[in-house]
Amino acid sequence: MKHLIDNINKSFESRVRLGVMSSLMVNESIDFLTLKTLLEVTDGNLASHISALEAEGFLIVKKEFVGKKTKTSYTATKFGKQAFMSHLKALEDLIKSQK
Amino acid sequence: MNEKEQSLQQLRDIKMMMERSSRFISLSGLSGVFAGVFALIGAAVFYMYLNTQMASGYHSIAERLPMDVSIDYLTFGILDAAVILFLSIGFGIFFTTRKAKRDGLNIWDRKVGHLLINLSIPLIAGGLFCLILLSYGLFGLVAPCTLLFYGLALLNASKYTLDEIKWLGISEIGLGLIGCMNLGYGMTIWCIGFGVLHIVYGAFMYFRYEYKQQ
Repeated sequence: MKHLIDNINKSFESRVRLGVMSSLMVNESIDFLTLKTLLEVTDGNLASHISALEAEGFLIVKKEFVGKKTKTSYTATKFGKQAFMSHLKALEDLIKSQK
Repeated sequence: MNEKEQSLQQLRDIKMMMERSSRFISLSGLSGVFAGVFALIGAAVFYMYLNTQMASGYHSIAERLPMDVSIDYLTFGILDAAVILFLSIGFGIFFTTRKAKRDGLNIWDRKVGHLLINLSIPLIAGGLFCLILLSYGLFGLVAPCTLLFYGLALLNASKYTLDEIKWLGISEIGLGLIGCMNLGYGMTIWCIGFGVLHIVYGAFMYFRYEYKQQ
């Protein structure tokens, strides 16, 4: 049993982090406001989860100017996608093992 | 703690987020309500126009229409439909832009492009098909066919926006088919499809997704 749980990535335990990574898997890049609306979370909450994911190297942050405002958008790294896929695989194995 | 339940819940969350994030979610329910109201007003105007034109010995539109459709009715009908379409799209864009602004979302992104392309291909094909029907004089089939193609267009577009629109599409297809089998009731069925269903669907979506957020 132990090795199955080992593969469950701790970085994806929160619903917000899971949501950010899931959205980045199917979109090339997403901006902060879109993520906020999708996940229905506060600015601070989302920002802290995103910086945690960034620290892990799962996503990269891109800031650009749109007019006078800055627009921040995020893209999943190859490493982040792989980590997410193995997390999915681990969830799958866990469910299968308990049938 | 039940790990299996937890994992299943996580997988459900992931699936939902992947779907939601790749769809256009700013479509406002109010645009549906307004489209429905305009359709009903437009139909009422057409109905009154026919009544005044057939003042003598009027029985029912269902009986009269196939016999004495003239080019005048046709022009009026097409103009009427064009005005309904124009107003519906106009108000649709207005409410949807308003909702996107309120949510702080950009309305013209890649997802809108997918949505519009998938909506317009069956819709334009249907529009042309209906014009062909008119040119053959098959007036009775026009109303149910607009419903049929509109339903197919919605069903096709539902992959790129809120999933519930699928059910509106399927209802329109069903109504269109019923309409094809009951040609005399084309106008009634058209009113149910474009008027009543739009209002019901729009109100449902409005209260489900937008009302609480205000």
